[in-house]
Amino acid sequence: MSEQVVFTFDVDGDDFTSAGHASMQVKKNLRQLGIDPDIIRRVSIAMYEGEINMVIHARGGVATVSVSEEYIEIILKDEGPGISDIEQAMQEGFSTAPDNIRTLGFGAGMGLPNMKRYTDYMNIESQVGVGTTITMRVNLE
Amino acid sequence: MKISTMKELLEADIVCCEDLLNEHVYSACGSDMMSDVLAFVKDQAVLLTGLVNSQVIRTAEMMDMICIVLVRSKLPTPEMIELAKESGIAILTTKKRMYDACGILYTNGLVGNKLRA
Repeated sequence: MSEQVVFTFDVDGDDFTSAGHASMQVKKNLRQLGIDPDIIRRVSIAMYEGEINMVIHARGGVATVSVSEEYIEIILKDEGPGISDIEQAMQEGFSTAPDNIRTLGFGAGMGLPNMKRYTDYMNIESQVGVGTTITMRVNLE
Repeated sequence: MKISTMKELLEADIVCCEDLLNEHVYSACGSDMMSDVLAFVKDQAVLLTGLVNSQVIRTAEMMDMICIVLVRSKLPTPEMIELAKESGIAILTTKKRMYDACGILYTNGLVGNKLRA
């Protein structure tokens, strides 16, 4: 692959039912590019958790996935409430999701830790009241 | 274990993707919390859950699972069936409770997967 391939998706923040649509599309696109299935699984799980977070906490946002020779990069950008304590948010089991989200199968405080678990690099930039940008990379080798 | 064997053991009905009945699953995971399912990769696993919404199918799809068992007589929504067909995921429904369903599959040889992050 000599040229960088980029996919961009608007994540709809109003509909929990459709959350994950972008991740499923990315999975299909990466399969078409002939990427290794284990790498595809790691990218799609990390992105899916991120997408769910955007819908639960931030009324949606924009997801950009780019494939270079070295890695696949996922950038999730939202204009939600921001994360006041990133270290706390990274702890397994810590969640600020409302109770109704737990009845839907999420909000167990595993989203951000799972995103870190499956990626080789993860950075969170967040400002309370402004929004959050999460950058994740999975190495291609 | 073949999906057809699981169907028999759990006295389950198959809702979609009957063509997968001869496929094998090698591990299983029972949970109503999807992030817990997503936390550990399993090889060709089946998901047992009492949760009924589209995210169950998407979670299984992300994990490359080929079968979902809905316990406690839960029925999938039309949207779930549509998504499962698109993704090639068989949905079984059983009257058994989660604990019983997991126990039956475990004692018949479908043990969980060793954890690997």
